[in-house]
Order: sequence, then C-alpha cells, then structure tokens
Amino acid sequence: MAEDQTLQVEELSPDEKIIQEFTEKKYEYGWVTEIETDKAPKGLNEDIIRLISSKKNEPEWLLEWRLKAFEIWQKMEEPDWAHVDYPPIDYQDIYYYAAPKKKPQYESLDEVDPELIKTFEKLGIPLQEQKMLAGVAVDAVIDSVSVKTTYKEKLAELGIIFMSFSEAVHEYPELIKKYIGSVVPRTDNYFAALNSAVFTDGSFVYIPKGVRCPMELSTYFRINEQNTGQFERTLIVAEEGSYVSYLEGCTAPMRDENQLHAAVVELIAEKDSEIKYSTVQNWYPGNPETGAGGIYNFVTKRGICRGDNSKISWTQVETGSAITWKYPSVILKGNNSEGEFYSVAVTNGRQQADTGTKMVHMGKNTKSLIVSKGISAGKSNNSYRGLVKVMNGAENARNFSQCDSLLIGDQCGAHTFPYIEVGNPTGMVEHEATTSKIGEDQIFYCLQRGLDEEKAVSMIVNGYAREVLNQLPMEFAVEAQKLLSISLEGSVG
Amino acid sequence: MLTIKNLQASIDGQEILKGLNLTINPGEVHAIMGPNGSGKSTLASVLAGREEYEVTGGEVDFDGKDLLDLEPDERAGEGLFLAFQYPVEIPGVSMTNFLRTSVNSVREYREQEALTAGQFLKLMKEKQQIVELDSNLTKRSVNEGFSGGEKKRNEIFQMAMLEPKLAILDETDSGLDIDALRIVSNAVNKLRSPERSFLVITHYQRLLDHIVPDFVHVLYKGRIVKSGGKELALELEEKGYDWIKEEVAA
Repeated sequence: MAEDQTLQVEELSPDEKIIQEFTEKKYEYGWVTEIETDKAPKGLNEDIIRLISSKKNEPEWLLEWRLKAFEIWQKMEEPDWAHVDYPPIDYQDIYYYAAPKKKPQYESLDEVDPELIKTFEKLGIPLQEQKMLAGVAVDAVIDSVSVKTTYKEKLAELGIIFMSFSEAVHEYPELIKKYIGSVVPRTDNYFAALNSAVFTDGSFVYIPKGVRCPMELSTYFRINEQNTGQFERTLIVAEEGSYVSYLEGCTAPMRDENQLHAAVVELIAEKDSEIKYSTVQNWYPGNPETGAGGIYNFVTKRGICRGDNSKISWTQVETGSAITWKYPSVILKGNNSEGEFYSVAVTNGRQQADTGTKMVHMGKNTKSLIVSKGISAGKSNNSYRGLVKVMNGAENARNFSQCDSLLIGDQCGAHTFPYIEVGNPTGMVEHEATTSKIGEDQIFYCLQRGLDEEKAVSMIVNGYAREVLNQLPMEFAVEAQKLLSISLEGSVG
Repeated sequence: MLTIKNLQASIDGQEILKGLNLTINPGEVHAIMGPNGSGKSTLASVLAGREEYEVTGGEVDFDGKDLLDLEPDERAGEGLFLAFQYPVEIPGVSMTNFLRTSVNSVREYREQEALTAGQFLKLMKEKQQIVELDSNLTKRSVNEGFSGGEKKRNEIFQMAMLEPKLAILDETDSGLDIDALRIVSNAVNKLRSPERSFLVITHYQRLLDHIVPDFVHVLYKGRIVKSGGKELALELEEKGYDWIKEEVAA
C-alpha cells in the first residue's frame, strides 16, 4: 500500500534572490590529503577479489564467502525504484582497493602522519582533544584501512572488542564467521552483495554480557583516494544486558569524478541490550549547478533486536552526497523490543536523497518510533521512504511515525512514501506528516534582531531539526549543527 | 535621530505611503495614530526594511546614515528596533539561544566584544525583571506557546536586551489585558532615556495614558495630516477621525 504524497512548490517567492544566493554556496571541505596509497587496478572480477582477500591475509572461508557474493551480485539488477536519477555506473571503471602504503601502529598521536592530523583539524575534529576531553575512542578509517585505534586497551579490560574489521577477522574469526551476513545477507540487495564481495575494511564491535560501554565509540570515515569505491563493513554485537553508543561521521574531499560508496552495517542486540548508532554524513554533494562529482551513497544498514527487551536506535544527520539511498532498519524479533529512527536529511543544489527506515515487528509488544525531518533547498529532491510492517504474530505492536518536510525556495521537492503493512489486528500504526516552507516572517524576525540571513536560516533549520539533534551525543550534536549550517549557507543570503 | 522626508512606499504595486514627513529627536516619544489602512504598520515595516515593501521615493536619515541603504540586520546593528505586532514563533530555538545570538550579532556590528555566557545570563536576568518575565519563558522556544501578553512582553524584553537608539512599537498594546498593558508600559517608561527615542504606533489612547508621548501624529491615507501634543490623542479618542478626514478633504 504505497501512498505518494508528492509535493512540489510552484508559487514564486519574493525571496528568490535570497534563495539563489543561499543555494549557490560552495562545499567547504574540499581538499585532498597527500598520503601515499597502494592501489589495485580498476575493475571488478574474481582476481580483484582474490587480491583484496590476499592483501588482507584472509582465511579461505572468507574468500569463498566473497566469491559467492560476487556470483550473487552478477545475477542481480541494480535497483531503480528509488526517487533518484543518475547516469549508469560503470562498475569496471572503479578501483576496488586502495590502502595507505604504510600501516602504522602508533603508541601516541605524535607519531601519526602530520598530513592526517591536518586533515582532522580541517574537519574540526581534533583527535587529541577528543581523546582527552570527550573520552571518545577513535578508530579512524582513511581509504579503507584502519590507521589509528585509541582506547583499545582500556576497552579490552572490560572485554569490549573495538577494532578494524580486518583485524577482527584474524583475532576473532569465530565471531565474524558467526555474525557476518546474519542481518544483511549477501542476497539482500544489489549493493549489499557488491559490498560483500569487495569490502575492504570497517569496524567490529563486541560488547560482552552485562557490560555497559563507558564511552562513545567513534569511527570517522573518509573517502580519500580518487575514484576509489568505499566499501566499508561494520558489525556490532551487543550481548545480553549490554549497552553501546556508536558514532560514525564522514566528510570527503572535493572530486571531479563520482565516488561510489556502498557500505553495510549490521547490528545485533541480544536480550535486554541496547545499541545506539549515530551518523553524521557530509560527503561531497557534487557541483551545486550540475551535481557532477558528488558521492553516491548506497548504504544498507540494518539491526536486529534478537532478544526480548532489546533496543536499537538509529540517529542520522545526512547533509552530504550527491545521491543518498539509505534505510537504516530494525527487525523487532524479541518480545517487548524497541526500534527508533531519528533522521535529518538536508539536500541542496542538485542533491537527491531517498532515505527512511524499515521497522519490522515480529515479537509481541514491540514498539517503533520514526522521526524524520527533511530539509530541501536549491534544486534538490528529498524523499522519505519508510515501511512499517507488523507480522501476524506481533501482538500489540505499536508504531508512531512523524515525517516533516521543510522547503527552502521554490525549486526543490519533498516527497513522502510511507508503506504500512499490518498483519495483526492488535497492531497500532500512526503516521503524521507535515510540509512547511521556511517562513519569510521568521527570517525577517531574525534579521530585525541583528542576525544576518545565514545565521537566521541556520538557526531556524537547527530549531526545526532539534528533536533529532537532541538524540546525538553532545560533542557530535555540535558538529552536526555546524554541518547543517554549512550545507545550507548561501541558500538564503 | 530620525528624519523622514517625503517617504513613498508601495506593496504589490499599491501605493501606501504617499509623501510622509517626520522628525524625531533623541529622547522624544512620538505616537502615530490613525484609522485602519492609513499606513501605520507599513511605516514600521519600511523603516525596519521588510523586502515586500518597495520604497518609491523620499529619504530617511538615521543618525547620519541613509537608512534605506542598509540591510535589515544592519539597521538593527545601527540601533533600530521593531517590536512586532505579531511576533513569530521559531520552534526548537530557545529564547536564550536566540537572544544570545541576537545580542552578540548586534555587538559585533557595533565592534563590541561578544558577551560570554556568564555575562549574557547576568544581563538577561537583569532585563527580565524590567518586564516581569518569568525566567522559564527564556528556556522555551521563541514565542512558541506564549500567550498574547507574553509575546508582547517578550518583545519589550528583547528591546531591553538590545538597547536600541530608536524603538518602534507596532501596536504593542493590541491584545493586552489591563495588567499586561501596565507591565509593558512600565517597562517602556523605564527604558526611556535622553538618548533613546520611541515611535509608538497605536489605535488607542489608553496606551498613551501610560506611555506619555511628546508628540502625537495622525496618519491618514499615507501622510501625516495632523500633529500635536499628547492632548491630540485625547481629542481623537473623544471625537474619532471623521473631523480629520473632513479637514483633509476641505
């Protein structure tokens, strides 16, 4: 039962000039870090997969797993149902492997390549400060290989495993073997199959029974090598009664050619456990006029509340990428389990976003909450697509969805595609949707109080997104606010 | 302080102000009255710099600067404040956050140092007392869920925070009960000073019982057609506008 509540603004606004300036804002985080890389030739075939696997000294079973995924992928068709439009991708014209030449192991941050430190500084992420002040363990992934892991020892005392995926393959093969593909199988979709065949690295987190992870675990992803597909894989397992909050943030340097990103994230929450997964995404959105050069972000994120009373919460602030195709989902299998999805998606220039969530209620008394805030400016298109499915065994399932759209200017589009399938008569599903235009009255009020137009828009937009931003850990919320302002700067000016 | 010469302005091609002249000196309180549709709110909007209004003629000097040449936020920086007739709500933005950004933006324009969080909170506490504003209100989103009276008090509170040279009160008395009217008027009176001027736009004499003006002007069909002292307001209250309309027609 799909409902298309497509909304296009047609009326001319007297603030056209303002809006044009606003939307002509250039991307601020465009630069390239010079770090030597080790790159495999372009193209995708069994040999490349074998190369990736051997570069990482992977066990035979994983190579077989990859090859099987490749076989599955070759038989699949690229999906075309999303409300996005892009030229065909030539999968043979992409590099599938690039790694920093030296893989340093540092005791202190002083030993880290100064170029890398500079990169983080430009991003406003002082690694050192974060380490000291925020108690954040940072596992920084630059071009697919983990460069730096902090706090590992402290976490190890609690039995918490937080390391790069490749390391985990060697150190905890049984855990990887048990959980990889258990939430997002290789057959799930085109991009998940592709990722399964060629993923290069990512993060692995394991929280043992009864342990509450004492700090936010954080990985900053960054696409750094020209023409390199970024195929990350993240796996988080929370054992019975445990808790973890995981942060993922990304920015990318300016590029001329499209960069494909197809990550897979799998979360497993056992009985009485909770996983909170937060993302701030700011990849290069492409040329504001033509859309050229932006990142294609085709991600599969899914969690399963396997045990009773477990909880998974997704929070995302999506400001970048030329195209976003992303539906962080929760399978509510355990009784009384809970799923949450909080999202702010900003599109500007020629950006296209088709994002939302899937909440699949299987257990009894399961609850889900969806809060989606779309913000469209420029000539962009922003779609919310969400599925709430109540299976027949899911007695007393509850869902509440709130989908709001904010339009800036009159050339952008906001769309809502809610799908609801209720297979149990005791299920209760509520959906609310609103669309509003950023008010000239609001902007003028701010101007009269001395704020310039950019500050005004930033303030109004951040207020609109407050409910979602409040879900982010403090230090991340500040960064997210900054990103919201940056991505909308210039669209009213 | 403010000199308006032959100001003409229109909206959607319709001329509203048709050659308005007005001079306000430092420390003076001027009241503008007039029948509905005479252009009172247009005057406030044009002075504050609302884009929808097109200035088609005349000039406005604000403390030696060409006011019409400035952006709305620059006008605020120069010390022009408008207390809105209908203050808008900004969901999700706390009053404290909004005001701090506002105060520091204006300070930046005036080349003053930004207030620290501590300094700002102290100032806010002090100014809140002037308008007898509940401190819980500043924790809420800008004007969201405020009663009509709270919104108007909140406008005067912001005025107190921003310390303008010229404050324009656009029908600040509308929708106020007697107690709120007294509080708002008291606050305005406390903010009167030899350097600060006020332009009070109102329909009713009763506000002027509390905020006693130095001059009263009648705006009719886009022009000031009569000026006098505070007694003019009383006369209007008693006799209505018909006699003025007749005078103009004659």
